[in-house]
Amino acid sequence: MSLDKTEIEKIAHLARLAIDENDIPDYAQDLNNIFDLVEQLSDADTNNIKPMAHPLDAHQRLRSDVVSETNQREKFQTIAPKTEAGVYLVPQVIE
Amino acid sequence: MHNKSLSELSTALHNGDFTSVELTQHYLDRIKTHNDEINAFITICEDTALEQARAADIQLQQKTAGKLTGIPLAHKDIFCTQGIRTSCASKMLDNFISPYDATVVEKINTAGMVTLGKTNMDEFAMGSSNETSFYGPVKNPWDTDRVPGGSSGGSAAAMAARLAPIATGTDTGGSIRQPAALCNLTGLKPTYGRISRYGMIAFASSLDQAGPMAHSAEDAALLLNVMAGFDERDSTSVDRDVPDYSTTLNDSLEGLRIGLPKEFFSDDLDPQIATVIDTAIKHYESLGATVKEITLPNSGLSVPTYYVVAPAECSSNLSRMDGVRFGHRCDNPKDLDDLYNRSRGEGFGEEVKRRIMIGTYALSAGYYDAYYLKAQQCRRLISDDFKQAFNEVDVIMSPTAPTTAFKTGEKTDDPVAMYLADIYTISTNLAGLPGMSIPAGFVNGLPVGLQLIGNYFDEARLLNIAHKYQQETDWHKQTPENFQ
Repeated sequence: MSLDKTEIEKIAHLARLAIDENDIPDYAQDLNNIFDLVEQLSDADTNNIKPMAHPLDAHQRLRSDVVSETNQREKFQTIAPKTEAGVYLVPQVIE
Repeated sequence: MHNKSLSELSTALHNGDFTSVELTQHYLDRIKTHNDEINAFITICEDTALEQARAADIQLQQKTAGKLTGIPLAHKDIFCTQGIRTSCASKMLDNFISPYDATVVEKINTAGMVTLGKTNMDEFAMGSSNETSFYGPVKNPWDTDRVPGGSSGGSAAAMAARLAPIATGTDTGGSIRQPAALCNLTGLKPTYGRISRYGMIAFASSLDQAGPMAHSAEDAALLLNVMAGFDERDSTSVDRDVPDYSTTLNDSLEGLRIGLPKEFFSDDLDPQIATVIDTAIKHYESLGATVKEITLPNSGLSVPTYYVVAPAECSSNLSRMDGVRFGHRCDNPKDLDDLYNRSRGEGFGEEVKRRIMIGTYALSAGYYDAYYLKAQQCRRLISDDFKQAFNEVDVIMSPTAPTTAFKTGEKTDDPVAMYLADIYTISTNLAGLPGMSIPAGFVNGLPVGLQLIGNYFDEARLLNIAHKYQQETDWHKQTPENFQ
């Protein structure tokens, strides 16, 4: 595996992570080493093996569509970085 | 006071030998004396602890107290605690005062226990040495130049230093068992779904499971009795009766079939650790158990499988940390993307960023089949090996970790070397099976853990197997010299 600078930048962008330009070679090296380890999986014969998403092969439980929680907006917004009139504020997104 | 079992503490509290306030103050004083040296706690809850202790003392006086009422405990800082900072050892959540309690916390509060504080950990539980914490590394009380293991390293160090009589931990790839081994504790990771994950900050949702970290199997059983059970608020919680784990501790081990996976006892295993494990297994034979070599042919796939599944799930789970509704937000964001990028770039540490990037790549368009799907298929191969093995044996035993506690800084520059610290524990999480680590001896003054792996929902049997051994050995009672 050899992820280069452009690919590291693309992954960081997809993950919405600002990373320092100077750290890119270290990330590249670490990720490449980890993917070399992961490469061992390609030797495993997994033909006709069903992927395992849940250890007990359980299915998502459903519940009836009734209100189960009360609105606690004010309480939750006390820990928000920036709010106004009950809404969360972010930089302007629409011109 | 700090060398008593939970049962002894409970009896003393109920008899009025001392009050919960006195007991809680004793532990708070020990934390004040020793925490600077080992950095086990991120937050110490002095005021609320004493308040809980006073409430417990009233119940004790009125004879309405339960078995664990008034007994202090420490929570790993991954469990949401209402009104108390819940940081997950990350700068991202340094300012996060949880507005609600995790189910585990709620159950423990209802049992009348006293929360001493929130323990240090690897950031978002990603690590095997407790060196990735935003609040600095935790030191191992057995040798403060060494790591306590991770990610529940703060809980492990606090327990080893007798700064709490019992603690909670979580285990995604070994994060209860490996620090338990490195700090001479009894740690149990139950079957996936046995304990609610509600309010336990998610790392890899299909692997994460909470459990007790204790000085004995007897103590672990008492806390598991409180922690276990179905919870509607966790969609993967299992609706199944919870036995009283304390009642079967003394069952006979006559005829117990122990399986030793040959892959875990290869020539690569440190000979001194092998000797400790062999001695423990011989002890089990003297208790009536039989031993058989078994094979887990796909166990070599465990670490690579884990390093696809866990980062993929973490990259998804941690997308909620975006600087909008809670947690760290960067200064003066120029637009929304800048807000996301810099808040996350500043808030997360190096290891967390690495894992988010691995997961993002593995899940990105065109790579899903090659990585995530392939890893899920390998996961089934690993799980099927265990199913096969449990047709022939009742419990699987192995070392918990390939080495004793290593030096702080020894593996921080090499993530892959660090990942191999969990080589014996990871497959249990991938299969969703219960696993334990119990103290089995020492190599050069450092603790060695014996791992016990059981079949699904066999927690009671594991605790029984551990307890019988602890009735005849005193490894679990050893205390590090400077913390007696």
